[in-house]
Amino acid sequence: MSDIKYILGSFGDPDEMMHGIDVLQENNISIHDVYTPMPIHGIEAKLGVKRSRIDIAAFCFGITGTCAAFALIYFCAVIDWRVNIGGKPSFALPDFIPIMFELTVLFCAFGMVLTYYASTHLFPGRAPRVMDLRATDDRFVIAVDAKENAEHTVIDELLKNAGALEVKYNERKYISYE
Amino acid sequence: MSGHNESILREPLITGDNITYAKITDDILGPVENKPNKAWWIGFTFASLGALLWVVAVSYTFWNGIGAWGLNKTVGWAWDITGFVWWVGIGHAGTLISAVLLLFRQNWRNSINRSAEAMTIFAVICAATYVVSHMGRPWLAYWVLPLPNQFGSLWVNFNSPLVWDMFAISTYFSVSLLFWYTGLLPDIATIRDRAVGTRRKIYSIFSFGWSGSVKTWQRFEAVSLILAGISTPLVLSVHTIVSMDFATSVIPGWHTTIFPPYFVAGAIFSGFAMVLTLLLVARKVLGLENYITMFHIESMNKIIILTGSIVGVAYLTEFFIAWYSGSEYEQYAFINRSTGPYWWAYWMMMTCNVISPQLLWFKKIRLSIRATWILSIVVNVGMWFERFVIIVTSLHRDYIPSSWAMFYPTWVDVSVFVGSIGLFFTLFLLFLRVLPSIAIAEVKLLLKSASEQAKMKQIKEGHENKEYVAEYIESLEKFDSVKQEDYAKI
Repeated sequence: MSDIKYILGSFGDPDEMMHGIDVLQENNISIHDVYTPMPIHGIEAKLGVKRSRIDIAAFCFGITGTCAAFALIYFCAVIDWRVNIGGKPSFALPDFIPIMFELTVLFCAFGMVLTYYASTHLFPGRAPRVMDLRATDDRFVIAVDAKENAEHTVIDELLKNAGALEVKYNERKYISYE
Repeated sequence: MSGHNESILREPLITGDNITYAKITDDILGPVENKPNKAWWIGFTFASLGALLWVVAVSYTFWNGIGAWGLNKTVGWAWDITGFVWWVGIGHAGTLISAVLLLFRQNWRNSINRSAEAMTIFAVICAATYVVSHMGRPWLAYWVLPLPNQFGSLWVNFNSPLVWDMFAISTYFSVSLLFWYTGLLPDIATIRDRAVGTRRKIYSIFSFGWSGSVKTWQRFEAVSLILAGISTPLVLSVHTIVSMDFATSVIPGWHTTIFPPYFVAGAIFSGFAMVLTLLLVARKVLGLENYITMFHIESMNKIIILTGSIVGVAYLTEFFIAWYSGSEYEQYAFINRSTGPYWWAYWMMMTCNVISPQLLWFKKIRLSIRATWILSIVVNVGMWFERFVIIVTSLHRDYIPSSWAMFYPTWVDVSVFVGSIGLFFTLFLLFLRVLPSIAIAEVKLLLKSASEQAKMKQIKEGHENKEYVAEYIESLEKFDSVKQEDYAKI
């Protein structure tokens, strides 16, 4: 066996790439990942990627924001230092709503996006793990683990028949490392 | 994706033939990857001179205090708060395009959302500087935050709309920035993978290591949708709270319940006008006619007619309610607005915001780039006057005639305002040079379904209803980027 780590089928059209996935799956060839320049709808179902649970995280962060805002205002305006404003009640719930709403949105947005960055390993300065430089431009790339799937010529043929414009053999997993 | 075709009756969102995924990248990254042209340099020179003026005027205000402005004991708020509300309002269109239109699945937003969101961020920066400089002692700006302090922990007044506004504007700015930047990640990765050397290294840092894998995209779409869902009420709340800065006071002319919806409609109205002002020029100079088409321009014009009419109805309602309330002070505030010493500002507002946008009912005007551009500026002038009228004319004649006064701006007032426009354009022009002005990934999504060439293919396949095809071809007449002769044959 050679040093080939990944076989990449580079497609010029998303529909052909989806067809390529079908063909590979029919032949019991496991797909490592797919890299595309735009989101492809319906690909998760094909590859058995589970639904993202980020919405649950977003809700939890949001509700935390609501509670935090209420707690802060209640502590400041009702418990710690009551200000007598024309004899009106200190616990003026309607007045609390705007800030409670704003902090709900703030916590939800930041919590969710930071969760997204953390779970997808996105952070400033992270070395990009790119298998094919054109996968962010005009190519839709299916990556197959060459070690797990030994029949390279079969894979090559299947990808080309499905419409791949190019089949690449990468000896390094990610070509983008310096 | 799959084989579903879009209805032939829908107008194309990308025009031109031979558009491929690679061409989309090349076209949009043109201004980022090449040296700027003369038009950019001329624009940038003027804009940065403006920004310099802004630095001088704001520094002067910081040094001397707000006595440098033309305020007096009767008119304690004038150009500063006018400018603040004006800029915040302009910022709203970006969020509206990116969030509300996403929720409504309006695909035409894909080509304009990126620059509109950038506009939002720059406009809110301009707005925020007004707030800080109006504080008089800007080095104590952190006093608006509920921080423990040495005055026996006297907290901020949570009943005050000004405190709500601080929370609203800072949430709005940071969430907009997050939304914009997260959306930019795939496009920054595109620049990164095409660049070499130092340039690649820089874009690599800012791309956060984006790879475009299935899971990344899946979560990306979920995040975008939820951000859109929370940004929609956020944008409405921000201008509602801005309007409450006025509406919760007891000043005649301000104390009205109609303010929140009226301000929000006005914000969208002026924001779309600013998007048009910027994009009509950008599309021409950057050669993006195939992506920002006449359909986009017409759609924005339609939103301007709608929101302009809402604003018009609000003006009339306000006037009617002032009369109907039977309150002498309220009635005087409105009579004074329209016939008092600031009558010219009131009628400027009425003409620019209510009358002139109605011209957009005419298809010819709506589809003329020149007319649209001029009207977009007229709307922005009108919206500036709206805030000026609300603020200054409600204040300058208060309850005691002996304290009636007029407001005259000083050179500092004028320079802060003109300078903030310079700052805005400087930031926007820099944005055009370093980041893609159109969301590349999102436009690529439209290529196979909503582009002119995809529709052409549909027609050539011959399964479409002839009447529909004829209607579609007729709708293409307005596009300046479509070659009509291609359709003459069919």
